[in-house]
Amino acid sequence: MKEVVVTGVGSITPLGAGASTLYERWAAGEVGIRDGEAPCADFDPLEFFSRKEARRADRFTQFALAAAQEALGQAGWADESPYDPARTGCILGTGIGGLGTLEANLNVLRDEGPEKVAPLAVPLMMGNAGSAAIAMRHDLRGPVFGVVSACAAGANAIAAATRTIQCGDADAVVTGGSEAGLTALARAAFAALDATSTSGVCRPFDVRRDGFIMGEGAGVLVLEDGDRARERGATILARVRGVGQSSDAHHLTAPRADGSGAAAAMTAALRDAGLEPEDVDYVNAHGTSTPLNDRSETMAIKAALGAHAGEIPVSSTKSSIGHLLGAAGAVEAIATIETLRRRRVAPTLGLEQPDEGLDLDYVPGQARELEVRDGRQPIGLSNSLGFGGHNAVLVLEAA
Amino acid sequence: MATTTDTTTVEKVVYDALVTFGAEREDIKRDATFEQIDIDSLDLAELSQVVEDEFGVTFKSTDVEQLKTVGDAVDFIVARK
Repeated sequence: MKEVVVTGVGSITPLGAGASTLYERWAAGEVGIRDGEAPCADFDPLEFFSRKEARRADRFTQFALAAAQEALGQAGWADESPYDPARTGCILGTGIGGLGTLEANLNVLRDEGPEKVAPLAVPLMMGNAGSAAIAMRHDLRGPVFGVVSACAAGANAIAAATRTIQCGDADAVVTGGSEAGLTALARAAFAALDATSTSGVCRPFDVRRDGFIMGEGAGVLVLEDGDRARERGATILARVRGVGQSSDAHHLTAPRADGSGAAAAMTAALRDAGLEPEDVDYVNAHGTSTPLNDRSETMAIKAALGAHAGEIPVSSTKSSIGHLLGAAGAVEAIATIETLRRRRVAPTLGLEQPDEGLDLDYVPGQARELEVRDGRQPIGLSNSLGFGGHNAVLVLEAA
Repeated sequence: MATTTDTTTVEKVVYDALVTFGAEREDIKRDATFEQIDIDSLDLAELSQVVEDEFGVTFKSTDVEQLKTVGDAVDFIVARK
C-alpha cells in the first residue's frame, strides 16, 4: 500500500487560530477554558472569508474552512492544487454538524411557522456541510464526504482518508474534524447525561475529575501519497504509519470497563503500522476527565502496550482545550504531530492527585523533553474514543 | 399599473435583501444579472420569503427561472403586488 504523509496542518481551537498556537500555548500550560466551557471566543469568520461565504456556513463549517485554509497554505497549495482535482478529496468528521443552525430554525418553526424556516437550514446543518464547503472552495472533486462517530469522528475521518490514499483512490485528501456544539440544547443534553463537569475544571486522571468540558473548533490535515508529495518537493511533516478502528459493541455511552475495545484499536493500529509496543514513544490520550473514560483508557493503554505503557509519557490535550467532540481526534492528531516534531511533550494540566490505579506517566503540570531511543524519528499514538463505543487510533511518526 | 413609488419601495426591499445575502451594494443595478452579483438559487429562495412577507408575492421555482436580472425581479414583484 502507498505511504501516507502529512504536508499541512491547521486548527481553530479555544487557544486561538493556528496549529502552532495550539501546541505552544498548551505546552506553556495555558488553558482555553472559561466558565466551564472552551469556546473559540476570538474567532472572527470575516478574517477568513467573505460575508457571503460566512453566511453560507454554520459555525462548524466556518471552523473547518478556516482550519483547511491554514493546512493547505502550509502544504503549499492554498491557491492552486498540484494534483488533478478529480484525484483530491475531503473527508471530515463531526459529532453533530450544524447544531446552531438546527436550533435557530426550530425556534423559527415554533415561533413564526413553517413558511419562515430558512432555505439555508438544511444545507447549513447537514453533517457533510464542512467537507462540501472545503471541496467547493478548493476544487476537490474526488471522494468527498462526512464521517459521523461522535468523539472519534475526527480520527475515523483521518483513518478513512488514509485508506483512500493507500488504496489509490486519491493522491491527496484534506481531512480532520469540526464541531460547534456550544448551544443550549447540547449543554442541557450532555448535562442530563451527567457527562459534563460541574466543577468547570478539566483534570484528566485526577481523583477529583467530574466530567468533560465542552469545547469547539476544528482540526484539518492535508494527507498526500508520499511518492507524489516528494515528487512535487513538498515539506513532509509526519507520516500516518497506521490506523486502528474498533467498536465496543457494548453501551451507547459507557466504554467497556476493562478498556478492551480501545485496546483492540490500539493493537490494530500498531499491527497496521508494522510496529511493536516498544516502538511507541508517546501516547496522546483521549483523556476526557470523565470518571469512566480515564480509568478504562488507562487499562486499554496497559493492555495494548504491556509493560512499555509505564515507560512512556501519556498526556491529554483536553486538559488545555476541553473536549472538541467530533473535532477532538483531528486536533489531537495535530497536537501529537507537533509534540513528535518538537520532541517536547505538553502536559496533562490540572492533574495533581492521580486516582487509585491510574498510575501511568501522565506528564502532570509541565512540559518536558520527549525521549526517543536509537536516534530514529519519534512515534506517537493518538487515541479517540466516542459515544456509541467507537474507537479510532492513529499511529503518527515525525518526518 | 405600477407607480414610481411602488417600484422604489420594491427596489429598496430587494436591494437590501441582496446586500444581506452578500452582494456588494454598489454592484446592484437594475440591469445587473444575478450571476454577475453572485446571487444564486438559494438566495432567490430567501428573497422569495422576504418579498412574501413584505408584499404578499411568492416566487415559484418556475418563476425564478425567468428572473435573470435584478430589474426582472423588481418588475415581477411590482406587477403582482
